[in-house]
Amino acid sequence: MFGQFMLEIAKTNNKLIVLSADLGRSSGLDRFKNQFPEKYLSVGISEQNLIGVAAGLAKEGYKVFVTSFAPFLSMRASEQVRMNLGYMNLPVNMVALGSGVSMGYLGNSHFGLEDIAIMRAIPNINISSPADCGELGKILYNYAFSNLGPSYIRLTGVPNSALVYDKDYNYEFKKFITLKKGKDLLILSTGSMVSQSLKASQILDKENINCEIINIHTLKPIDEKIVNLLKKFRKVATIEEHSVIGGLGSIIAEKIAKHSIKCHFLTIGLPDLFGPTGTYDYLIDYHGLNGEKIAKKIIKFLKK
Amino acid sequence: MNEIEKLINLRKKMRKTLLETSLNSGEPSHIGGALSIVDILAVLYNNILNINLDKPADRFILSKGHGFLALLSVLYCQGYISKKKLMTFQTNGSDFIAHPIENPRYGIESSNGSLGQGLSFGIGISLAYKKKSRKEFVYVLVGDGECYEGSIWEAAISATELELGNLTVIVDCNGHQNDGAIGKKMNYENLKNKWEGFGWNTVLCDGHNMTELLNVLKIKKKNIPTAIIAKTIKGKGINFMENNNDWHHGRLTKNLFEEAIKSL
Repeated sequence: MFGQFMLEIAKTNNKLIVLSADLGRSSGLDRFKNQFPEKYLSVGISEQNLIGVAAGLAKEGYKVFVTSFAPFLSMRASEQVRMNLGYMNLPVNMVALGSGVSMGYLGNSHFGLEDIAIMRAIPNINISSPADCGELGKILYNYAFSNLGPSYIRLTGVPNSALVYDKDYNYEFKKFITLKKGKDLLILSTGSMVSQSLKASQILDKENINCEIINIHTLKPIDEKIVNLLKKFRKVATIEEHSVIGGLGSIIAEKIAKHSIKCHFLTIGLPDLFGPTGTYDYLIDYHGLNGEKIAKKIIKFLKK
Repeated sequence: MNEIEKLINLRKKMRKTLLETSLNSGEPSHIGGALSIVDILAVLYNNILNINLDKPADRFILSKGHGFLALLSVLYCQGYISKKKLMTFQTNGSDFIAHPIENPRYGIESSNGSLGQGLSFGIGISLAYKKKSRKEFVYVLVGDGECYEGSIWEAAISATELELGNLTVIVDCNGHQNDGAIGKKMNYENLKNKWEGFGWNTVLCDGHNMTELLNVLKIKKKNIPTAIIAKTIKGKGINFMENNNDWHHGRLTKNLFEEAIKSL
């Protein structure tokens, strides 16, 4: 879908240029490359160079998107990101493909377990995490046609992942979206875990557990209105396809601590380890991140 | 006064400025690796670059950020920075610290300090110029020690693949890095071979010979980036600092400053 959105954006954005480090095909950019060869560049397998070149183009007024796999952008090139996009605040948009465990059999070398933690510690970098492919489109358009500064767009889930939205809705940068109102528990989720949270809430409804479900599509800057929402609930859970260290759980824990919010708090995410490899569904199940297992964890949490 | 005499006066003024600025801060600063590039910057800023702060034309990127005192000195000597502003160097809260902080107001193109990053950034600008059919040039100065960074060679490949004839890299081969002499495999002859091997139009020169610098810095080749391998002396111009790596990052006292000025 990413490639198709970029094709659409290229038709009306004459400043657009998309760069890859030999992952154009994996990014779905083959059609883009053929249709707009002058707007596409692969610099070869050189992620550090990719970010530097992207920054130079951004400095000269181009609207730059770069793609690679999550760890190669967030770790291999992290100091280039820090110097060029953070320190110099140059508006390059990084599209991190296959984050979380969606690279399946490619294994931990290709997983994005720690990318939110790394990116959010660098000043000036916005972090977006779309809940489904429609939201990815909205996010890409937003970065392409406004001046929001450098960004890290984190793609989780697999091509046939469930849609969260079946009709159009109002997306606004930073502003979290309430998908379902509830009173017993506040669930804050992001990326692929938004649809799994909705599934979990259907199961929990049957147990007479009434959850409020929030889609946090912008992880940085975080919508400060989240603080007021947190204050309304005694039980709060975060759900993310990222390490439980440094991601959404940590972002919310910081808010809870800073504002002395009294609540029981559960972070659901990937454990702090290099786990096994398998299909995406296997891994999500293994780590307890599908709707059924999330519901079980929440029932256990509420009994405490 | 002919061009060479003018340049010799400029480089002398730059070295004096550099030392005064360092002394004034009262702090240790990168002097040796700044002195080695003074002559290159004198020629670039006086004879080669078309600098326009309002609408950037030719661009100079100091990838070896620790040479910043030399860049500040030339920007001051060419009238882009006031004396008052210059003298804020390495004082609390200043825009001017040990390494460049991007500042279009003073013609400082990029933030550096982490080595091996300026060339890719310069390639981005060169590529933008090429796409826009702009005729100006991009110069990136790297150190010989900096060439140990792998990212330099990622960039070296890209520049030739992208056929950037509007890009010149200058390698300041002063033979030293932070901890002392650079390795034998990284001397200027070997570095020349390496850049040549990566497909660059490569030229070796004496980085302190103004006539040579005037010639080599004008060299361009269609669709091929140029690498100027400049053989230099760390601490050049101050007898007790030349090839003395204590001055990689050192503190000037009033006495040492006076001794240094005498040797100019």
